[in-house]
Amino acid sequence: MQIRVTVDGTAYEGDVEPRTLLVHWLRNDLGKVGTVVGCDTSNCGACTVLVDGQSVKSCSMLAVQADGCEVTTIQGLSTGDEWHPVQTAFKECHGLQCGYCTPGMVMSTVDLLSENPHPSEEEIRDGLHGNLCRCTGYHNIVKSVQMAAELMGGAK
Amino acid sequence: MTEMVDTGTAFGRPIKRKEDAKLLHGRTNWTDNIQLPGAVHMGLVRSPMAHARIAKVDLSGALAMPGVVAAYDAASLGDLNANVLCVWPVTDDTVMPPFPALTGDKVRHVGDVVAVVLATSPEAAEDAVAAVDVDYEPLPAIVNMIDAVSPGSTLVHDDAANNTCYVYDLGGGWDEVAAKADVIVKRRFVNQRIVAAFMEPRAVVAAPMGMSDEITLWSSTQIPHVLRVVLSLSTGIPEQNLRIVAPDVGGGFGGKLQMYREEVLALQLARKLGRPVKWNETRSEDLVASHHGRDQIQDLELAATKDGKLLGFKVDLLANMGAYLQIITPGTPLLGMFMFPAIYKMDAYQFRCTGVFTNTTPTDAIRGAGRPEATFAVERMIDELAAELGMDPMELRTRNWIQHHEFPYTTVAGLTYDTGNYEAATARALELFGMDELRAEQKARRESGDPVQLGIGISTFTEMCGLAPSRTLGALKYAAGGWEHCTIRLLPSGKVELVTGTSPHGQGHETAWSQIASSILGIPVEDIDVIHSDTGRAPYGMDTYGSRSLAVGGQAIKKAADRVIENARPIAAHQLECSADDLEFREGTFSVKGDPEKSVTLGALAWAAFSAHNLPDGVEPMIEGVATVDPEDFSYPHGTHLAAMEVDTETGKVRVRKYVCVDDVGNQVNPMIVEGQVHGGVAMGIGQALYEGVEYDEDGNILTASLADYLIPSAADLPSFITDRTVTPSTTHSLGTKGVGEAGAIASTPAIVNGIVDALRHLGVNDVLMPASPQNVWRAIKAAKGGAA
Repeated sequence: MQIRVTVDGTAYEGDVEPRTLLVHWLRNDLGKVGTVVGCDTSNCGACTVLVDGQSVKSCSMLAVQADGCEVTTIQGLSTGDEWHPVQTAFKECHGLQCGYCTPGMVMSTVDLLSENPHPSEEEIRDGLHGNLCRCTGYHNIVKSVQMAAELMGGAK
Repeated sequence: MTEMVDTGTAFGRPIKRKEDAKLLHGRTNWTDNIQLPGAVHMGLVRSPMAHARIAKVDLSGALAMPGVVAAYDAASLGDLNANVLCVWPVTDDTVMPPFPALTGDKVRHVGDVVAVVLATSPEAAEDAVAAVDVDYEPLPAIVNMIDAVSPGSTLVHDDAANNTCYVYDLGGGWDEVAAKADVIVKRRFVNQRIVAAFMEPRAVVAAPMGMSDEITLWSSTQIPHVLRVVLSLSTGIPEQNLRIVAPDVGGGFGGKLQMYREEVLALQLARKLGRPVKWNETRSEDLVASHHGRDQIQDLELAATKDGKLLGFKVDLLANMGAYLQIITPGTPLLGMFMFPAIYKMDAYQFRCTGVFTNTTPTDAIRGAGRPEATFAVERMIDELAAELGMDPMELRTRNWIQHHEFPYTTVAGLTYDTGNYEAATARALELFGMDELRAEQKARRESGDPVQLGIGISTFTEMCGLAPSRTLGALKYAAGGWEHCTIRLLPSGKVELVTGTSPHGQGHETAWSQIASSILGIPVEDIDVIHSDTGRAPYGMDTYGSRSLAVGGQAIKKAADRVIENARPIAAHQLECSADDLEFREGTFSVKGDPEKSVTLGALAWAAFSAHNLPDGVEPMIEGVATVDPEDFSYPHGTHLAAMEVDTETGKVRVRKYVCVDDVGNQVNPMIVEGQVHGGVAMGIGQALYEGVEYDEDGNILTASLADYLIPSAADLPSFITDRTVTPSTTHSLGTKGVGEAGAIASTPAIVNGIVDALRHLGVNDVLMPASPQNVWRAIKAAKGGAA
């Protein structure tokens, strides 16, 4: 099937086998390998991207379903030397170790904060429960989200 | 004595990590990202049965499918069907069954590999796997260890006399202390089987590329250096022709401390086909094929006097090996054998471990490897003894632990702990915890009959890590050594290349190693580039596991950096026209004593060495420091972990209300990284206590083969942690540091379970099976009340 999707600001047109998952199209066809696969049951959230601003596990969506949409991956969240406040906060708070869950964790956080700019700790933990991390015990991820909320609030 | 480095510099500061920029922008190089022209994808035909004879393998259906390049079973792979090696036969008579990459006679666990297919896409490979026709003749599956060691049991390995892999004894003297004990507490604990569940599934790419006969293997592994040796020994590929690269690796936790059959197959098939071979596992495959860990049945007896003086500890373990021996399967439970007496003084210790084969996925090291099992046993038993004696569990610990003025102290298990201060860590933890208020609340809830009861769990742990002194490893029959290597080279531009033999996968070595070198050389952290995890660029090393990288590798960095300074000194003296003895070195600069205006920087000396226009006679045009360090001893981090646990006695649901831990890991290179390691370790230990467990049915089918069924904790399942550290520097490590990677995972599991049992003790509960799910807790309450569980 022919699809047209804007990914990280660039329009892509392509002929896609209808069964292709969005994450496989991003990784294998577009070379967007910053987005990763961590499971096969949609539990881990490592593959989370934004589709029209909403966080989506890109392993649970077909590429053809993204036809006409704008997709943002971790590679398009900020450009060049700029850092998105969520990226800054994760670095400052040591919210990552191996970094494999990080693309998904960051994209879910962006969505969480767009829906709830000042979440409580409990709301953060609930909001990120679909993104698994094995390194950090989530302690510093929670702190990262709190700091990102402050940074983004400050920018308003 | 410990020589302290200058803590006024980068050492000891919570510097933000160098690694993060690329990880946070998706500029990563995971093995699965590697796409090589002409690559074929490997698919594995895995057994759906736990135990069966292979009557026939028909590859013709697969070979006829579009995109399929080749397919092999054990017979057709022939001599290329190399073995997975175990390097730790723990006794002279350890049963070491062959472990070929493809099994030919029988399948021995669900997920065992019968055949391999190669196709031009992963999808074609997967379809072809389904088209391989295998005739299985089912055999009875031996799933639990009690059955496996019963006389007349079906054999996992037909050539063996029984299902016992080995029996290992240590210590003795139990009968004497038992005869004079006032109290003997006896328990059987089950330390359940868990998985590492690193977030990046394993992946391998093997390619006959590079110079001349070189083959490169990229693997998501913790051990590129060890892997090169064992793959060479197994396949016969000359070691010098084998290059192993561990690119960005997404977590390991021991699960990637392994030589996997998939690595053997990818390598051999890349050779055979003369083209790149790629494999990456699905998560469901990972959960049956990557090694599992723990899985012990522990029969324990602890003897004491009536006033609470410990007399002796008897430990009898059944340790599940699974179906085959992976790289250190037999040795893994023995990494815990010195740790059952832990921080306590006692007269006798008698240990036995029986390694048992079953029709299950092989076990091996997972974060802590033997020490979590030992620590769980001793810390749970101390609480059980306290309850038996009617004594406060902290009071019982205080009466028996090694006091800080008694170090160095040789334990009843034979280890000599260099330093420790259990009093200080405990005092700080109690201060942060608010023990008195929580005990008051516990009392109030008991008196009011609150359905939600409160319990307090204590774990005053120590562990042995920083693997390891090579002579000790040799005495334990481990095949390799425990040294670590570092080369530090000054580049002409004034930058520094630090080549380490450690192989990070989340630990932040690039940052921390730069901090160590920076603090010695006086060169900024950002000017130091850490080279690792590629045997082509960093040829020597022993890799990353057993909380060894800083404890051992850090000492190599220090020694190499000291040698850089010594090797630069004659060039500096020549330039400054003075005697080498008249120079002093501070913050990256040599200057003449008493005449600080006469000085030269290391950067300038690097250029002088490179240009070589004006070097003293006999001095080579290169400034580097090379060091390989064998540690003097293990390191012994310790700490006090306290958990306040709420338990709903009606539903069995538990909640971690408060978690406090004060760890002593000696000097800290980067406290931010240390704290992150503690958080992650504690979370993993809580995972084992409350959520995780590999389950098999009676036929050996694995019931937890997806992340929907195997529950690793999410953010919503854990609290924030209250952490602090006391600092008692190691005296046997040149930086005064101790390991930290495993401590949290070792300490937290018994703290959590002790807290749950403490909440329910008045109901007659004295054990809860892990994971302490609502069902297991509810059953423990029911059983204590005398109801059918």
